[in-house]
Amino acid sequence: MNVAMLQFDAAAASAGGGWLAGLWPSVPAAMVLGAACGVVGTLAVLRQRALMADTLAHAALPGVAAAFLIAAAMGMDGRSLPVLLAGATISGVLGIGLAHVLQRHGKLRDDAAMAAVLGASFGLGTVLLSVVQRSPAGGQAGLARFLFGQTAAIRSDDAVLIAGVAGACVLVVAALYKELRLLCFDAAFCAAIGRKPGLLDVLLLTMLTLVTVVGLQAVGLVLIVAMLIIPSLTARFLTDRLWLMMIIAGVVGAVSAGVGGAASAHMAKLPAGPAIVSAAAVCLALAAVFAPGKGVVSRWVRRVRATRQTIFEHALRRCYEAAEHGQPLPQRHTRVLARRGLVLDAAGGEGVRLTPEGLALAEQVITRHRLWEAYLVTFGSQAPEHADDPADLIEHLRDPVLIRELEAAVRERSGGAVPAVPQSPHALDAGRGRA
Amino acid sequence: MNVPDPNCPLLVRDLTVSYNKRPVLWDVDYAAPAPTPAVAAGGKAGEPSRGNLIAIVGPNGAGKSTLLKAALGLVPVTMGDCLFFGQAIDRVRDRIAYVPQRESVDWDFPVSALDVVAMGGYRALGWLRPVDKATRVRAMSCLDRVRIADLAGRQIGQLSGGQQQRVFIARALMQDAPLYLMDEPFAGVDAATERAILTLLRTLRDRAATVVCVHHDLHTVGNYFDHVLLLNSRVIAAGPVATTLTEANLQIAYGGRLTLLDRAADALAGRGLASGAGEAIR
Ligand SMILES: Nc1ncnc2c1ncn2[C@@H]1O[C@H](COP(=O)(O)OP(=O)(O)OP(=O)(O)O)[C@@H](O)[C@H]1O
Ligand SMILES: [Mg+2]
Repeated sequence: MNVAMLQFDAAAASAGGGWLAGLWPSVPAAMVLGAACGVVGTLAVLRQRALMADTLAHAALPGVAAAFLIAAAMGMDGRSLPVLLAGATISGVLGIGLAHVLQRHGKLRDDAAMAAVLGASFGLGTVLLSVVQRSPAGGQAGLARFLFGQTAAIRSDDAVLIAGVAGACVLVVAALYKELRLLCFDAAFCAAIGRKPGLLDVLLLTMLTLVTVVGLQAVGLVLIVAMLIIPSLTARFLTDRLWLMMIIAGVVGAVSAGVGGAASAHMAKLPAGPAIVSAAAVCLALAAVFAPGKGVVSRWVRRVRATRQTIFEHALRRCYEAAEHGQPLPQRHTRVLARRGLVLDAAGGEGVRLTPEGLALAEQVITRHRLWEAYLVTFGSQAPEHADDPADLIEHLRDPVLIRELEAAVRERSGGAVPAVPQSPHALDAGRGRA
Repeated sequence: MNVPDPNCPLLVRDLTVSYNKRPVLWDVDYAAPAPTPAVAAGGKAGEPSRGNLIAIVGPNGAGKSTLLKAALGLVPVTMGDCLFFGQAIDRVRDRIAYVPQRESVDWDFPVSALDVVAMGGYRALGWLRPVDKATRVRAMSCLDRVRIADLAGRQIGQLSGGQQQRVFIARALMQDAPLYLMDEPFAGVDAATERAILTLLRTLRDRAATVVCVHHDLHTVGNYFDHVLLLNSRVIAAGPVATTLTEANLQIAYGGRLTLLDRAADALAGRGLASGAGEAIR
């Protein structure tokens, strides 16, 4: 147990609660926010609005500082979260507007325009922030928490605001799920059937602005975009369904916010944003490695299995062909088959033979191979002795629809005269450069 | 102006469309032929009338896609307008089915083939109502009509190009409209798919639908289509294929560019006079 933990325990104890007391209500609020980031972020990524969200977050900084200064000048409490977030919203949206104008009339590419606004407004915001910190009231304002986030600074009325806004966004997405999906997939078709893509885009941008702005305090403007993107990328590894993707992204966002928020509450000097984003990044890494189907491990296993299957099917085919021509089965291949008990060593001096089960399997394999050969010869005008190699490559495909169509095509062309196991179009070793 | 014919599926009047002030379509005038009533076509009264298969043909960049998009109100028009069945687009959206160019969407998008086809039923469903059982059943039957019902659950990126095209066409079938606007439905599909799509379009035509396709293959226009609109920034010719797709017209459409028109367009975009400066920047 390190010193920081001891200090924290002491502080929590003196505050009169268990160690959980320090996490309420800030961490649950951060978790609702994380969920909303995952859900809205998924749509934003699919609509290619990630850079826009990043620009918006950075452009919010001057607004935060200016709101504090203006409120203080008017004699109000500049530290009030609604005031600061109002400032953030206004300057964030202005930033996006400015990027749009630059793009339209300055003939800049949209990523260049966004990046220009992002950098410029962050610079301006940092300058204003230093002005705030030198002002008499500003020293304790703690505006620096908007850079990297500080869940612990979320008070209970802030928590209600954050969770309320984030929850509302999730509800809107659920209600307009089918429209938003259509917008993100095919905006032109959306317009063609009169579903108002402009309106839906504004709605999506509004939600994006809201979760970004209420997320500034917990995650910080530098990293909030990561909370919009990483959960959705994680989810994409795990599913091909949009609704499931949003649910997974929401869960990843919530869990990361919970873990990161709690960690930052326990460790002095660990800002919340980096802790939360690191937790999310761990989720992404785990998904990238272990996701069934798309993960690295799963792909590797599939490749190994496919290679093994290929070797096995080759062995079956070579043995069948050898038997067809009355030659002894090649030992290299019988060894592979012996491991699965598909060959037997007949005593009568006939040498090694395929078992009935092996024979049946071999017939399937050889049928597929010769169908492909026949297809290549008849439809692709491939010379028979050259049809073997390409057929070697594709015969291991097991897509049943493809095989059915292949069979239909070949049988149709040959007037249905293909025997159960088609004849080989070439001699045993034709075109076979290798042993 | 006289009253527009409610039978004319698509009437384009003096349409000019510009991107960033640069016109790409000049003053396009076109009236698609109305479906022929059964009686006039030699059938009995009560039989469905017969629509038309119409091809829009022209070189790359001729503005074919733009014409469809402008007609549907997807891009702003500079001048002129389009009427469908004698009415403005917003009043007849449920009578027009649209198949965009296949490259216009992200095929890695997390949806299944069935989900995409169901999108054709969103307008009928209305806002907020989730996709229901009846819509899914109908989507499934549309997938069956393009012969890929067995791929309904596949993520769309795992379909071949021809299968993707079939999904898009199934989505249009889902709209069940008397007018179909299709942007290159035959692009990048194999011979079998091409035949399947053509058969389907002919079925639609025989049920009185009008099908307008952007088409690239000059060899097949004559066999596939009844009418043709030859386009290159402006209308070169329009009418029955036999009389319209002449050597002379093709020469105009695909031959020399109208360089003066290009220069005029550049000037309108505010670049013509500064062309020297433009070169220097590039
Ligand atoms: N969004 C856009 N912004 C600016 N210019 C555009 C845009 N879309 C198309 N253009 C330009 O308008 C012209 C017509 O484009 P359009 O896509 O309509 O051509 P097309 O006839 O469909 O060509 P293709 O056969 O290649 O599909 C082209 O010169 C193109 O560069
Ligand atoms: Mg086009």
